[in-house]
Amino acid sequence: MKLNSKIPDGPIEKKWDNHRFNLKLVNPANKRKYTIIVVGTGLAGASAAASLGELGYNVLSFSYHESPRRAHSIAAQGGINAPKNYSNDGDSIWRLFYDTVKGGDYRAREANVYRLAQVSGSIIDQCVAQGVPFARDYAGYLDNRSFGGAQVSRTFYARGQTGQQLLLGAYSALCRQMDVGKVKFFARREMLDVVVIDGQARGVICRNLVTGAIEPYVGDAVVLATGGYGNVFYLSTNAKASNATAIWRAYKRGAAFGNPCYTQIHPTCIPQSGEYQSKLTLMSESLRNDGRIWVPKKKGDTRKPEDIPESERDYYLERIYPAFGNLVPRDVASRAAKRMCDDGYGVGSTGRAVYLDFGAAIKRLGKNVIEERYGNLFDMYHEISAEDPYRTPMRIYPAVHYTMGGLWVDYNLMSSIPGMYVVGEANFSDHGANRLGASALMQGLADGYFVLPYTIGDYLATSKFKQVSAEEASFKETQREVGHYVKKMVSINGKKSAEEFHRELGKIMWDNVGMGRNKAGLKKALAKIPKLREEFWSNLKIVGTASELNMELEKAGRVADFLELGELLAYDALHREESCGGHFREEHQTEEGEAKRNDAKFSYVAAWEYAGANKAPILNKEQLKFEYVKPSQRSYK
Amino acid sequence: MSLTGLFLCTFLAEHLAGNLLLFVNDGGEMYEKYSEFLVSNPVIRTIEIVLFASIIWHALSGFVVWLQNRRARPVKYEEYRLGDNTELASRMTMLSGSVIFFFLVIHLGSFFVPLRVTGSDVGAYHLVQEKFSSLWFSGFYVLALLLLAYHLRHGFQSAFQTLGLRGKGYDSILSAIAFIFWFVIPLGFASIPVYFYFFRRASGAAFTLGLL
Amino acid sequence: MNFKLKIWRQKNSTDKGRFVEYLVKNISPDASFLEMLDVLNVELTRRGEEPVAFDHDCREGICGSCGIMINGRAHGPGHGAATCELRMRAFQDNETIVAEPWRAKPFPVLRDLVVDRSSFDRIMVAGGYISAKTGGVPDGNAIPISKPIADQAMDAAACIGCGACVAACPNSSAMLFVAAKVSHLALLPQGQPERKSRVERMVAQMDAEGFGNCSNNYACEAECPKEISVSNIARMNTEYILAKIR
Repeated sequence: MKLNSKIPDGPIEKKWDNHRFNLKLVNPANKRKYTIIVVGTGLAGASAAASLGELGYNVLSFSYHESPRRAHSIAAQGGINAPKNYSNDGDSIWRLFYDTVKGGDYRAREANVYRLAQVSGSIIDQCVAQGVPFARDYAGYLDNRSFGGAQVSRTFYARGQTGQQLLLGAYSALCRQMDVGKVKFFARREMLDVVVIDGQARGVICRNLVTGAIEPYVGDAVVLATGGYGNVFYLSTNAKASNATAIWRAYKRGAAFGNPCYTQIHPTCIPQSGEYQSKLTLMSESLRNDGRIWVPKKKGDTRKPEDIPESERDYYLERIYPAFGNLVPRDVASRAAKRMCDDGYGVGSTGRAVYLDFGAAIKRLGKNVIEERYGNLFDMYHEISAEDPYRTPMRIYPAVHYTMGGLWVDYNLMSSIPGMYVVGEANFSDHGANRLGASALMQGLADGYFVLPYTIGDYLATSKFKQVSAEEASFKETQREVGHYVKKMVSINGKKSAEEFHRELGKIMWDNVGMGRNKAGLKKALAKIPKLREEFWSNLKIVGTASELNMELEKAGRVADFLELGELLAYDALHREESCGGHFREEHQTEEGEAKRNDAKFSYVAAWEYAGANKAPILNKEQLKFEYVKPSQRSYK
Repeated sequence: MSLTGLFLCTFLAEHLAGNLLLFVNDGGEMYEKYSEFLVSNPVIRTIEIVLFASIIWHALSGFVVWLQNRRARPVKYEEYRLGDNTELASRMTMLSGSVIFFFLVIHLGSFFVPLRVTGSDVGAYHLVQEKFSSLWFSGFYVLALLLLAYHLRHGFQSAFQTLGLRGKGYDSILSAIAFIFWFVIPLGFASIPVYFYFFRRASGAAFTLGLL
Repeated sequence: MNFKLKIWRQKNSTDKGRFVEYLVKNISPDASFLEMLDVLNVELTRRGEEPVAFDHDCREGICGSCGIMINGRAHGPGHGAATCELRMRAFQDNETIVAEPWRAKPFPVLRDLVVDRSSFDRIMVAGGYISAKTGGVPDGNAIPISKPIADQAMDAAACIGCGACVAACPNSSAMLFVAAKVSHLALLPQGQPERKSRVERMVAQMDAEGFGNCSNNYACEAECPKEISVSNIARMNTEYILAKIR
C-alpha cells in the first residue's frame, strides 16, 4: 500500500487556503446527482451530513441509535477550544496549533493540526448561530475558561453539557435538511460492511436492528463517522454501544488503520465497585486542584480512610513528584495510581482505587468554598457511591476515555479506500499520540462542517462513476457474506454470553495493553486474544434469532470485532518501541518515570494494512515532518 | 377551556356578590328586587346566553380533551403512581367537572327554571328558603361546592398556564387571586345552604317534604 | 440484595405482551438498575431464555436512551435522574419491582422495554431548528445575549429527549418536550426570524403524532431527569397564541 498524505505545498498558514482553491468543484446543478452515505450521527457525522445536504447532495444518514441525538458526543462535558482570543490573553491560531502538536507528543501531522486550529473559530460562530446556549458573561458576550492545563482561556462551554448542546446544534442542522428532504435518516441501522466496486467505496451493507433485514445502500461516496474504539477495554467512559465495527469492517476491506495503540486514559474516574459494573464515569480533572491523592502505607489496609492516621498515609504523588505533586499530567497520575494498586496498596472493595482526599482543603478553605468549586461533582459522586465526599475521601481510578488512533486518512480525510472518508474520533488524524482537553468536539465539528464538505467535492468532480445498483454482483455478494456472518454467530449455540467474552477481553487489554505496557505483557495479550477469539466462535451463546430485534446479537457482533481489533492494538503497541503520549512502554522511560520518545526511529504514523485472516498485518509508515514545532522532551520540572 | 373557565370564574364572583344579599336580614326584600332585576334586564339576558354557551363549550371541550387523552395511551400501566407527583385537584378535574355539571342541572332546575321560565308562585327568597330547608338538598350543595373548590384549585391557575401567563414574576399575586377563587368563593356559596338550613329554615312541614 | 422483578415481555410490536416474573439475587446496592438488568440478562442467556431488551447507552444520564417505568414512576423513584442513574439501594431488599415500557400511542413498543420514539424526531424536523447556513454566519460575539436570557435558554435546552414527560403524563402529552425546544429557540435572538412558524409547525406535528393534551398536571416536570420547568409550557402557549393572532 502506498500512502499519500496529500499535504499541500506552501507555508503552513497558506496550505489550507491554497488547497481549497485548487480543489475541483461540483457544479451546483450536478450536486443532486450524487448520493453520499454518512454513517454515524455524532458531532462529525451529523455536521457532515447536514453540511453536505445543504450543499445539495443527496445524503443517506445512518445510526444504530433510534435518533441522531443519542450519539456519544453528547457526553462530553468540558468544552470546545477555539483561539478566538476573546480573553485577551495572547491566544492565536498559532498557539493552539503549537499546543496541539506538542500535546500530541509530536506524533500528529502539522498541516492537519494547523487547519484544525484555523477553522475552529468558525465552529463557535456556527454553533452560536444555530442557537447553542454557550455560557455568557454579564456583558452578554461569550465566556471562556481555561481547561486541561492550557495556559490561555480558550474553552467555550455550555454548563457541564457542552457536548450535548453542540450535538443538538448539529442535530438541528440535520433536522433542517431532513425537513427539506436532502437528508434521509435511517434509524436503528448498523453498518456491517462497506461495498467496494472497481476500487471505489460505493455503498454499505446495514443490518436493520428492528427487523434483522440485511439491507444494501448505494452511494457515490461513503463517510464513516462512527467514533472511537475505547470499549475494546470493556470498561471505559464510552457509551455501552460505542463500537469499532464500522471502521473495523472497512479496515478489512482495505482501509489502513493508523496508530491503534494511542489510547487516552483519564485519571479521575469513579472506580469499578464490582464485577457487575458496566461502565466508568468520568469526573472533571479539576478535582486534583484541591484534592490530595493517597493510599495507606500498609498493604491491604482495610480500615476506613478516616481511621487511618496521617502518619500511615502515603501521599505518593507528592512524594514522587515533589514539584508538581497532585497536579502531574494525566498519564503520569494514571500510571502512578496503577502502580500503587498493582503493588497491593489499592483501596476499596476491589483494591483498584486510590483516595482523593479533600479533608485538608476543607480545613484550609472551608466547606463552602469546596462546595462552590466542586459541588456538582461531589453530588454526582455521592449519587453513584452513596458516600459523602465531604466526610470521607473519594475513591478514584483511571479509565480509558478516548482513542487517538483510527482509520488512516489523507489531508482530505479520505481513507486508503478511494471514496471512503473518515471523520471525527474514527480517524487517526489530528491528535497525535495524546489529545488535549476540549479538542475532541473541535475536531469532530471541524471535519464535518468545514473540511469534508470541500474535499469530498473534489473527489466527486474528478472521479468517474460506473452506474451501480443494489442488484450489482458486488452488492449481492457482500450482502450474502454479511447475512452468512450474522447467521453463523447466532448458530454457535455455546454457553457464554457476548457480555462475558467482552469482559474477559477487557481484562486482558487493561492488564496488558492498558496504561503501562511492556514486551512481556503485550506478548501475553497477543497469545491470549486469539485463544479467546477462538473460544468466542465456538462457545458463544445468543438466544433468539437474527430476524428480530436482538440486542445480544448486536453486542456479539461488536465484541467479535473488538476481539480482532484488540490484537492489532497490542501488535501496534509491541512494535512501537518508545513511549509517547497515550502509549507508555515501561522499557522506555526516563529516570523520573516520564515517557521517552524515540524520534529517530518512530516519528511516523503506523498505518496497518489488513493481510487476511490469521495473517500478520502489514505495516506502512507515513513519515512525520516537523518544520514549525520542533520536537522536545516533555518536562514538569 | 381556559377562556371559558376564566369567564365562568368571573360569573361566579358576580353570582356570589348578588347572593350575599340573602344574608341581609330584611325578610328577603332586597334579594327579591335583585332577582327581579336579573330576570327583566335585557343586558343580563344577553350575557345569560354567553354564559350558557360557555358552560356547554367548557364541558364539551373538557370531554373531548378527556377522550383524546385517553386515546393517547391505549395500553394502561400495570402500576402508575401519578399521585407521587401531582396534586389531587389536578387529577380529578374530570370527576369534579362532571359532578359540577350534574349539580348545575339540578341547580338550574330548582331556581332558574321556576324563576325565569315557568314562573313561581313564591318569591326568589322564599324559594331559596324552601329548598335549603332540606338536609339532602343542602348537603348536596355543600358537596358540589367542595368539588367546585377542587375544580378551581386546579382550574384557575391552570387557565393562566394555558394562556402562558404564568412564570412571569407575578405568580405570587396570581396564587393570591387563585386562593380567592378556589377557596373564598366556594366557601361563600357553601355558607348559603348552611345558613339557611340552620338559621332560616322554613316550617317543619316544608323541611320534611322538601326533599327536592 | 434480592429482588422479585415483574417485567413486561413483548416479542415485537404486533405481539400482545405480558408480564413475566424473575428473581435476581446478590445484587450490590451500588449497582445501577440497568446493571441489575445486565445481571439478569447474562443469567437468562445461560438458561437459554431470551434476555430482556431495553434501550440504554451512555449510562450517565445524558444521552436520553434509557427510560423504564419502574414501580409506576418514569425513571423509577427519586427525582432529577434517568433510569441509568438509579441505584438499587433506592429499593428495599426482596422488594417486588414492576418494570414497564413507556406507554403512549406515539411510542409504540418495539420489544420488551424498548419503544420507538421517532415521533420526537419528526417534531424536531418540523421546524425545531434555526436555519443557519454552514459558514454564512457572523462572529459569535456579534450577537450579545444577556446572561439571564442565555441561562434560561440553557435551562430549556437541557432536555435530553428521553420521553419521561410523556410517560409520566396521565395524558401522554409531549408538551414539555416541545416547549423546551420552542422556549430555547424563542428566547434567543437567533431564533426570532422563524419564531412564529416554528411553534405552529412543531405543535401541529405534535398533535398529528397523537400525543395527548396538556391538563397542567405537572407530572412531566416532576419526572424530568433534567428538571425542565413547566414555565416553558406557559411560554410556548404564549408563543402559540401570539403566532395564531398575528
